[in-house]
Amino acid sequence: MKKFFASFPGIIAAGGIIGAVASYLVYMGNPLNMGICVACFTRDTAGALGLHRAAVVQYIRPELIGFVFGSLVSALAFGEFRPRGGSAPVLRFVLGFFAMVGALVFLGCPWRALGRLAGGDLNGATAIAGLAAGIAVGVWFLKNGYNLGRSTTSRPAAGWVMPIFMLLLLILLALEVKFTPDGPIFFSTTGPGSMHAPLLISLGAGLLVGVLAQRTRFCTMGALRDLILLRDIHLLSGVIAFLVTAFAVNLIIGKFNLGFAPQPVSHSNHLWNFLGMALSGLCFALAGGCPGRQFFLSGEGDGDASVFIFGMFMGAAFAHNLNLAGVPDKFDKASQVLTVGGPSIWGQAAVLIGFAIVLAIGFSMRERS
Amino acid sequence: MSAETIDARGLSCPQPVLLAKKAIDRGNFPILVTVDSETSRENVTRLATHAGLSVDVEKQGELFLLRIEKK
Repeated sequence: MKKFFASFPGIIAAGGIIGAVASYLVYMGNPLNMGICVACFTRDTAGALGLHRAAVVQYIRPELIGFVFGSLVSALAFGEFRPRGGSAPVLRFVLGFFAMVGALVFLGCPWRALGRLAGGDLNGATAIAGLAAGIAVGVWFLKNGYNLGRSTTSRPAAGWVMPIFMLLLLILLALEVKFTPDGPIFFSTTGPGSMHAPLLISLGAGLLVGVLAQRTRFCTMGALRDLILLRDIHLLSGVIAFLVTAFAVNLIIGKFNLGFAPQPVSHSNHLWNFLGMALSGLCFALAGGCPGRQFFLSGEGDGDASVFIFGMFMGAAFAHNLNLAGVPDKFDKASQVLTVGGPSIWGQAAVLIGFAIVLAIGFSMRERS
Repeated sequence: MSAETIDARGLSCPQPVLLAKKAIDRGNFPILVTVDSETSRENVTRLATHAGLSVDVEKQGELFLLRIEKK
């Protein structure tokens, strides 16, 4: 069993199941082309806690809780739970922050870029091109001696931070706690945040994905990184399987609609879709994992991945509080007029500043051999 | 030719793989790689196997000692 997951058929099976689960979650109520979006779900969860007040994107997403619990259970069962940390945590926080800013300019992470493509939203392809470009820059740094340094084995407390944080989120969600009569905890009543599969289905799906991804090391960034860096298609084959099954299930449930616009929770501002995801891709490459992988690692006891995730929460809060996130396209059916969305001038500036900061991290963390 | 030793403890992927790849390119076999995670063990093993090399893995406590040799 252990060998199967590390094998070629293993990663394809896992990727295929995860892709099907993503589209199934849309069928069960998640927003269109957002069956699984790690960045969006982190943003929604940040909103539910009141870290930002964008009323349409506030919900504690049980999938994320499932990711961490699934990974934790799997890591414990297979003797891979290893509390560790100390590899440039503050830089990982910054990388998580700007990964999120870039993702929210595009309106999705690599997982959603795949999900959008599988639903016919061609902006997903633009984003994947941007992602690949960002990862290619990251690979250049890796080839030139970039690394964030060694982590060290730690005491158990470091490994349990994210599982316990997730447990607290689950309690807040299940009890629908209200800290003041008007919230938080906030639950969107309109918009993407109001659309979600039933709690237990989302949680169960998250658990399944968490287990599979922990076993197989499924990573949307690693797929492209390994292809560019090592000409290795192991992880990529899982990502392609994800795309194929997500597409197939979308066809079955009638959620496939080909085109650039209008598409659900999406804008067709191509330049900023490309640049937003390029920034994210670079951040993920420099931090060693896509946002999903960071959640799975945090469940295995990786304190550095947990710091990255907290950076993502902070990035989500800033992105919405400071109006950095992309605005979806608007299509007026009566007049047939399409208003193309995209990031505000602040969002555009944030992406450029993000590039400057993240490139500085890349250059300064090179080890001369 | 003498053996080459790589200490990849605490490094997350792809660092251990990159270090192993550079050593394989230098060709000083056997190459001894120490890693401390199952993921690194799998990745370095996959790299060496794809390069047509043999890999012996020995578990020592929390560590994995990989010995990469020509077949």
